[in-house]
Amino acid sequence: MAFSSCRKRSSEPEPCGAKPRVRVNNNGERREMDLALQDLGEYIAAALPQEVLDTRVSFDELILTARREAIIKVLTFLRDDINCQFKELMDVCGVDYPERENRFEVVYNLLSLTHNNRVRVKVSTDAETPVSSATAVFSAANWLERETWDMFGIFFSDHPDLRRILTDYGFEGHPLRKDFPLTGYVEVRYDDEQKRVVYEPVKLTQDYRTFDFLSPWEGMQAQLPGDEKAEDG
Amino acid sequence: MAEKQIKNYTLNFGPQHPSAHGVLRMVLEMDGEVIERADPHVGQLHRGTEKLIEYKSYLQAVPYFDRLDYVSPQNQEHAFALAVEKLLGVEVPERGQYIRVLYAEIGRILNHIFTVCAFAMDTGAMTPMLYGFEERELLMGFCERVCGARMHMNYFRPGGVSYDMPAGLADDIHAWCERFPDVLDDIETLLTENRIFKQRAVDIGAISAEDAQDWGFTGPNLRATGVPWDLRKAQPYDVYDRMEFDIPAGSHGDCYDRYLVRMIEMRQSVKIMKQCLDQMPTGPVKTTDRKVSPPPRSEMKDSMEALIHHFKLFTEGYRVPPGETYTAVEAPKGEFAVYLVSDGTNRPYRCKIRPPGFTHLQTMDVLCKGHMLADAVANLGSLDIVFGEIDR
Repeated sequence: MAFSSCRKRSSEPEPCGAKPRVRVNNNGERREMDLALQDLGEYIAAALPQEVLDTRVSFDELILTARREAIIKVLTFLRDDINCQFKELMDVCGVDYPERENRFEVVYNLLSLTHNNRVRVKVSTDAETPVSSATAVFSAANWLERETWDMFGIFFSDHPDLRRILTDYGFEGHPLRKDFPLTGYVEVRYDDEQKRVVYEPVKLTQDYRTFDFLSPWEGMQAQLPGDEKAEDG
Repeated sequence: MAEKQIKNYTLNFGPQHPSAHGVLRMVLEMDGEVIERADPHVGQLHRGTEKLIEYKSYLQAVPYFDRLDYVSPQNQEHAFALAVEKLLGVEVPERGQYIRVLYAEIGRILNHIFTVCAFAMDTGAMTPMLYGFEERELLMGFCERVCGARMHMNYFRPGGVSYDMPAGLADDIHAWCERFPDVLDDIETLLTENRIFKQRAVDIGAISAEDAQDWGFTGPNLRATGVPWDLRKAQPYDVYDRMEFDIPAGSHGDCYDRYLVRMIEMRQSVKIMKQCLDQMPTGPVKTTDRKVSPPPRSEMKDSMEALIHHFKLFTEGYRVPPGETYTAVEAPKGEFAVYLVSDGTNRPYRCKIRPPGFTHLQTMDVLCKGHMLADAVANLGSLDIVFGEIDR
């Protein structure tokens, strides 16, 4: 197979060591579904050898990784192909992995009413590189992409109306990025003298504590008051 | 008389409009009384739920789901619980599954009563609201008896439900199920053939099945266009595969069909509730895996291990193996889904909430174009919009 060199098919068990979900009543059914999804993944990969980088099935869900430049082609194929028929775009969202070279993943969740299937398509991008907007393929993508832009700052090219959607008018920053603080940068209050709502930098009377639960011994990681003296001395 | 040129003008609908179902600001471009373009501005109720969940343990995330669609809180919890269970590989005992389905249907009726009555009130009918809210009070009473909270239940937890049903509750719910269809009949006599209501709803905001799918419609709004799609049948979770019920489907996809579909769905929900009560076995209501669900208090009095488990669960929480899942449930408003990414720690790495109302509301422009101003209110009411879930 010509396309298999560039693609790794992960039919091996989940690397995470998660227990497979075992249902007493429909165990057999599940395994069949897994196989069907596996076949569908292979079919899509064979039809789009250049565009689909990786297919895998995990937790009974089919996941495709696509090349960023080809996302419109992949989505159009998934919508129109007779064996796919993913007519509904359920969700577009971003995930932030700051340690990666392309820090953002854009995740499209599609649903096929005809075949009762779901598929998840992922592309990766960084803060500068735009992703082609899917609004021409699915009208529903409009607000979903606006939200992704608002929350992550992922730019969608050719989007008809890429404004912020959930955050305040004039908001700065992209709140769901991992480097955006939980409290944000500004807070609002009603100023009685100016008779309007004013924006001020966030003032915290006490810093948030961060707990490190990964180490079995150290519960609290923040420096305790007085610790700095030990270092100085 | 010489013809006058009338320019289009923009009109602000909301955010404090009583028919805006919360805090919607809609900028309407009007040509006289006809809507040319509708541009909903959402986000007034944005609380950063997804960001907050990333900083909380899995168990602490559950109450946030109550506050999304606060009209039917338990259905949101259901999606999150199923998603976490999927990643954990935890099996819920049968009784827990039945209780969840029972309460998910109570949530559906809570939601549909509210929607139908609020829609009726938006179009000028006051009385259904008064009838409907009496029933909502009773249902919220059932919620209170099972978990202590009337609305924000925090009841469906990963691994099952937090408490078993108290003695006598099942009988009371059963008695309510026998009586409720009469109330539905009352509401239907007030609305279904009501001339004013039909003038406000029939052929208003109609959408075809193809367009509805293109715009990502789900739930009753999709079914009203004639697509009999229901996740409870198509991709059953918990014990929905053992339930017998029918899926109503409309034919026009207009406001009136959306109303009719919801009315029939309530009757089907009563049917499911009765089946749950009849088939419900005895046994535990949450998983006995002590790494996920806390031990009973009596056990903690004399078992050191139980005490440690309790302590660890309520300080550190459980760790979820790395992986990701998109888990959807048929919430009363449509497909409510959670895209959960775990990195193996005790906190979700990413928890994307997919609210059905978000995609429904963005079609306001398509639905309202060419309609009168008053029809915007009817469209909004029939789409079933709650801002808790849209703004997150």
